[in-house]
Order: sequence, then structure tokens, then C-alpha cells
Amino acid sequence: MKVLVPIKRVIDYNVKARVKADNTDVDLNNVKMAINPFCEIAVEEAVRLKEAGAATEVVVVSIGDKACQEQLRTALALGADRAIQIDTEQKLESLHVAKLLAKLVDQEQPELVILGKQTIDADNNQTGQMLAALTKRGQATFASKVVVEGGKAVVTREVDGGLQTISVALPAIITTDLRLNEPRYASLPNIMKAKRKPLDVIAADSFGVDLAPRVTLVRVEEPAKRQGGIVVESVSELVEKLKNEAKVIS
Amino acid sequence: MKILVIADHDNGALKPETSKVVNAASKIGSDITVLVAGANVAEIANSAAQIAGVTNVIVADDAVYAQQLAENTADLVVELASGYSHILASASTTGKNMMPRVAALLDKSQISEIIAVVDENTFKRPIYAGNAIATVQSNEDVKVLTVRASAFDVQASQGAVAINSVDSAVANTTTEFVSVEQTMSERPELTAAAVVISGGRGMQNGENFALLEGIADKLGAAIGASRAAVDAGFVPNDMQVGQTGKIVAPNLYIAVGISGAIQHLAGMKDSKVIVAINKDPDAPIFQVADYGLVADLFEVLPELEKAL
Ligand SMILES: Cc1cc2nc3c(=O)[nH]c(=O)nc-3n(C[C@H](O)[C@H](O)[C@H](O)COP(=O)(O)OP(=O)(O)OC[C@H]3O[C@@H](n4cnc5c(N)ncnc54)[C@H](O)[C@@H]3O)c2cc1C
Ligand SMILES: Cc1cc2nc3c(=O)[nH]c(=O)nc-3n(C[C@H](O)[C@H](O)[C@H](O)COP(=O)(O)OP(=O)(O)OC[C@H]3O[C@@H](n4cnc5c(N)ncnc54)[C@H](O)[C@@H]3O)c2cc1C
Repeated sequence: MKVLVPIKRVIDYNVKARVKADNTDVDLNNVKMAINPFCEIAVEEAVRLKEAGAATEVVVVSIGDKACQEQLRTALALGADRAIQIDTEQKLESLHVAKLLAKLVDQEQPELVILGKQTIDADNNQTGQMLAALTKRGQATFASKVVVEGGKAVVTREVDGGLQTISVALPAIITTDLRLNEPRYASLPNIMKAKRKPLDVIAADSFGVDLAPRVTLVRVEEPAKRQGGIVVESVSELVEKLKNEAKVIS
Repeated sequence: MKILVIADHDNGALKPETSKVVNAASKIGSDITVLVAGANVAEIANSAAQIAGVTNVIVADDAVYAQQLAENTADLVVELASGYSHILASASTTGKNMMPRVAALLDKSQISEIIAVVDENTFKRPIYAGNAIATVQSNEDVKVLTVRASAFDVQASQGAVAINSVDSAVANTTTEFVSVEQTMSERPELTAAAVVISGGRGMQNGENFALLEGIADKLGAAIGASRAAVDAGFVPNDMQVGQTGKIVAPNLYIAVGISGAIQHLAGMKDSKVIVAINKDPDAPIFQVADYGLVADLFEVLPELEKAL
């Protein structure tokens, strides 16, 4: 079984994003970048499936400019077998990303595609579901447990009311939630080995997908700032303030 | 302009999020249809018909929609989509699971988790864990949107409007429901509660959440948690508040033993009043708190319960 894992280069989760002074976008100059945490979990899951003998090959793909090769190398160091960069300078929408991935799925024919449930920059939570629709495959989103057996993936999903378990026929699309696994750290020898693993570059426009923008970013601004609060000295002062000043309890 | 709102429900009752999505829809236009897809949902359709601003309700009542799985529910929505300029659902896990499928099948870009309607084409949405608010304009002829319900008000009620049923039972050929582990609670739902009290890693274990329960009982509050508390197994996943958990905006949010990581703040910083209880005076949670109490939670929680 071949597993395809799309990964995205995003701002490191420890870094607080700052809005540009001209309000055109978020400032990513000289900001630490990393693999989107949910994508890292996806890579880990694919590698574990391979270690368990359920998967035979793990292919990682990232759509972006040359810089995302850094994240592809990290994924190779974590245990992926080969990498593909779909090269573009353009800021793509989730639908575009899903369409490019659908073409790649056609070529590579993976039985399982594991994506992150969302990226921590756009917070869209769309790509996996769109890819599933475009490839007419079943989907299991927000996975916290995946068992692959007998041509199916049995997946436990984190939903608003608790945990839901579904069974999806392969080939299928899975998106990861936080508690699916804890990704390993890449060891130095594996980082060295990753440098020699294959990384192919394919131009995005060679797929024949219309990548014209459909959504315009008009403005980016800071969220409304909260007024500074006060420190209270005791529980009785807190209760008094909540009753008489904030009037949120009676 | 015709707007289609997909109702959020659990087959038992209509979720209050639906009313808030109708509120968002009413800022776009006045011709609003609500689709209720599920099994044995006549009562739910009836509730939807009574949300002010709704012009009619369509109900697809069939066993195939019992679990509202994404594949066939999306196919149903696409079947009914013609003629609508806007299709909206709440950004609940059900809406998030299904709507991007609808968007892709219609060949439209989706706009996720809108928090404001600027005009019929233009919407605001948080990005980067709420550290920036983007205003985005859709050039699509059909807008597929998910709505962050906590950013909109509940609509008033009205005399029930017409309910029409559709007999369309689309089978799901790829995916089967196996089981659900529903967290049972007598408390209000996290996303609907007027008061939320959340515990973090500082609670040390699941048993200690009992300290929050006494207070929650007195305040009629829902109980939430940080990711660290969920990951450590203190409480179930559906209690997680944050960028990747639930987004809440209650009148009062009490954070206990929570440091205030950006990802947690993303889920609660729009609360009206925030109280933080933490023994570390430098914890970032104090930067967003209206009232901070620097103290050991094990000392002050019993005191607080008594004082209420
Ligand atoms: C107006 C506008 C401005 C934008 N500005 C920026 C910007 O400043 N910086 C920027 O980086 N992007 C920008 N984008 C792109 C946007 O943030 C997202 O990258 C795009 O919408 C892809 O979806 P997502 O990341 O939200 O996917 P989600 O649906 O949230 O991601 C889910 C999963 O899809 C996969 N995935 C998503 N994107 C890729 C990818 N490129 N390659 C491989 N796998 C992927 C991953 O597995 C990921 O975990 C902009 C887009 C628009 C429309
Ligand atoms: C991709 C991604 C998504 C994430 N999504 C979320 C999310 O949705 N929600 C979320 O919450 N987190 C999320 N996180 C995790 C987040 O970064 C933090 O790790 C998490 O919020 C920390 O939880 P905490 O505040 O309970 O724990 P800690 O940061 O460990 O804080 C514990 C606090 O308790 C205080 N404390 C300890 N003992 C006592 C005592 N006796 N009395 C009083 N105070 C005490 C300490 O001073 C400390 O401030 C995400 C992270 C990533 C990478």
C-alpha cells in the first residue's frame, strides 16, 4: 500500500504572527517556518503504517516555492521514502491545492492519502475534504485513531459530541487531529540519510489546472485588543468585582 | 439572492448554532431556506421553521442521513444547490467535514469560519490562530461559507413557516458508521453556555476537575479544558477549547491552571469577561484577563465555590 502525505510549510506554532503595517497581509519576513503540526502528525502516521508492515511506500508532497524543500527534507528524515515539490510562487487557495493533489493522486495511485486537518496559518480545514470529493473517495477527517485492515480504514474521529468511529473503503482520504500520535524527532543519521533520498520537482502549471484566484485578500488587520485587566488580591474581591463591576454573576 | 443554510443538529434537537448561522445569513439577504438532513427529524424541522428570518424549510428525512456522513450529505446538498447564491453551515465538526466537499463538487472556493459579513461578497475571518483578521472577497457566483457561530447572535423566534420534504435518499457507497462515544453531561454545551470554567495542566489529574464542578453547578457553567489537560487524559477531547478545539465566547470565562498559549487564547479571547487563576504571575493568560488572581488553585477553588 502506498501512502501519500501532503505537507505544508507554515509559520512555526510558537511564533505569534504580526500584521504588516500596510495591512496587506501577515509579515512572514525572517519568521521561523516549520512543517504544519498536523502534517507532521500525518507523516508520523504514514511512517508508523510502514513500520507496521501495512504500508510499503510513503511519498510526501508539498506545493509551494523552493523553500518548502526544507520541510520535505524534514519529512524524509522522519521516515518518508521520497518527496515531490509541486513548484509554484503563487498563493493558492485550498481548492487549487486539492485540484493539484487530485492530479498527483491520478498519477501515483496511493491507496491512502493522509493530510493535516487544518493548517495553522490559513486555518481553512478544507483541503482533505475537497481532495476526497474530487477523487470520489471516502473521507475520514479529524482522526485520532487509524486501523487499516481488509481493504478498509477504521477511523476514530474527534467530533463536537465526543468520538465517532467510521469505516472507510480504500482508497480513502484521512485528515489528522492532534491526538493521533506524537511525532518523533529526526535523528542526525536520518537527517543525513534524507539528503540522499529522491526529491522531484514538478512545475505546477504542467498539471493543466486552472489556478486563477477566486478569492481576493482585501485587508488584514490586528484583532481588537482587550483592555488591560486588574489583579485582584482575594477570592472575595474577585466575587465582588464579578457581581458589581462586571455584572456577569448575580 | 437566495440563501441555503444547512441545519446543525444531532437527530435529537436542533443546535443553537443553526439560529446563529441564520443570523449571519440575514446579514446577506432575506430569502433564507434551511435544509434539515437526518433521520426522524420532523421535530427538528419544526424548530428550524420557527427561527426568525427563515422563509422555508426543506427536510430530507431518511435513514441514509442518520449519521450525517459527509459523502452522501454533500451529494444531497449539491443536488439541491441550484438557484442559491450562498450556502452556509456552521463551522461545527459536521459542517467542517461536509462543506468543503460541497464546495469542491460545485467547483467553488470555500471561505471558512466567517466572523462578520461586510457585504454579500465580502467577509471577515480569523487567520493565524486569530492573531490576524482577514477581509476576503469571493469572486464566485455561489459562495460556500462556514460560519463561526460564536461571532453571531441567536435569532428571535417566529410563527412556523412552510416545511417541504424532498425524497432524495443518496446512499453512501464508501463510508459506514461504526459507533459513537458520546460524552454525556447535564451541563450546558460549551459553545452555548453563558459561563465557561476551564481547567489546564495545573489541575494535575482528572479527579481534581471535581473542584471545577462545584463552581460550575453554582454558575450554570459548562466545563472546558486546555489541550494539555485533554492530552494528559484528564478529560475527554470534546472539552478542548482553542484553535483546534471549540471556539467559545461566553459572558464569563474562568481559566484555571492554564498558561494562555496562543492556541488556547484563539478559542476564548472573545469572551466578554475573562478571569484567570494561576500561581505564576507571569503566565500569558493574565495579559488577556480582566480579573487575575495569582494563587494556588487548590486553595482558592474551594473558597470560590463557597463564596458564590
Ligand atoms: C488571498 C489569499 C492570501 C494568502 N496569503 C498567504 C500567505 O501569505 N502565505 C501562505 O503561505 N499562504 C497564503 N495563502 C494560501 C492559503 O493560506 C492556504 O495555503 C491555501 O488556502 C491552502 O489551504 P490551507 O493551507 O488552508 O489548507 P487546509 O485545508 O487548512 O490544510 C489541510 C491540509 O492540506 C494539505 N495542504 C495544504 N496546503 C498544502 C500545500 N501547499 N502543499 C501540500 N499540502 C498542503 C496539508 O496536508 C494540510 O495539513 C493565501 C491565500 C489567499 C486566497
Ligand atoms: C497545532 C497546535 C494546536 C493546538 N491547539 C490547542 C487548542 O486548541 N487548545 C489548547 O488549549 N491548546 C492547544 N495547543 C497547545 C498549546 O500550545 C499549549 O501547549 C496548551 O494550551 C497548554 O495547556 P495548559 O495551559 O493547560 O498547560 P501549561 O502551559 O503547562 O500551563 C499550566 C499552567 O498551570 C499553572 N499552574 C500549575 N499548578 C498550579 C496551581 N496549583 N495553581 C495555579 N496555577 C497552577 C502554571 O503556572 C501554568 O501556567 C495546540 C498546540 C499546537 C502545536
